[in-house]
Amino acid sequence: MRNHLPKIITLLISFGVSGWLFAGDHEEGREGGGLPTVDNNAWRAECGSCHTAFHPGLLPERSWRKLMGGLDRHFGENAALDDATRKAITDFLAANAADRVAARRAHKVAASIPSAETPLRITETAWFERKHDELGAGVWKRKSIGTAANCGACHPGADQGNFDEHAVRVPR
Amino acid sequence: MLKSFPLLLALAAGTAAAAATPAALLQGYAGQARQADPAFEPSASRGAAFFRLQRAAASGHSACTDCHTDDPRQPGRTRAHKAIAPLAPVANPERLADAAKTEKWLGRNCRDVVGRPCTAAEKADIAAWLISIR
Repeated sequence: MRNHLPKIITLLISFGVSGWLFAGDHEEGREGGGLPTVDNNAWRAECGSCHTAFHPGLLPERSWRKLMGGLDRHFGENAALDDATRKAITDFLAANAADRVAARRAHKVAASIPSAETPLRITETAWFERKHDELGAGVWKRKSIGTAANCGACHPGADQGNFDEHAVRVPR
Repeated sequence: MLKSFPLLLALAAGTAAAAATPAALLQGYAGQARQADPAFEPSASRGAAFFRLQRAAASGHSACTDCHTDDPRQPGRTRAHKAIAPLAPVANPERLADAAKTEKWLGRNCRDVVGRPCTAAEKADIAAWLISIR
């Protein structure tokens, strides 16, 4: 095993570099700067029971902290949590936020938000708008989609934070 | 091992306290309701009417049926288009089987739809109705 280690490391490095080289602006797959796979049981259970468990890398830490501080009026709904669960989810979101993780997609999200702004909706970020600017307003209203918050309608890997453009299928 | 033993005990106790059967949950709410009204008896028909009552709530949700549909045996859908598993235990054995979970959702949703926390009597009526559905 020890003898193979340098080879394995070389292999891993070359894969990493080639992934980076081949991932252009229109292809941000997992190996090409896409959001890292993260998971947290409380996040998936609590956030994911009402909507897509939005990947923490889609908003900066300050947005998550503000959002988690107002769960009793969460976009017009009461989503209050007990203190322990709220803290656990807040810590997870903060640690993996757009301005905290080293992934190109996360950097782009964070960079698209002016430092004086603290958006609470992912759909309000310039990054999101740029990525969806080819879609007419009517697309979101299709019965099969319903709302821009319904990521999974077009992005089959949304629940895993995978927004690879090649996998996108916009339903009729 | 020794270090984690108290934690395991606490976890086991927590699970035992949270687990319930729909009947036990209903009994719990009915018992609470009787503290205010000793003659209280849960009513499935009152529960159904409460569930379907159209209200003018600030949240924009005018009735439980907005998200849960009119038939608790069917899945519902949140405003963000996420599926909600059916509410009737006959269609979803996980319903009314976890007291903390039931309290969490009634706590949130009553504030949104009714505009205030539900009373124990109202919770008992809803539970009685959901249990009665076959």
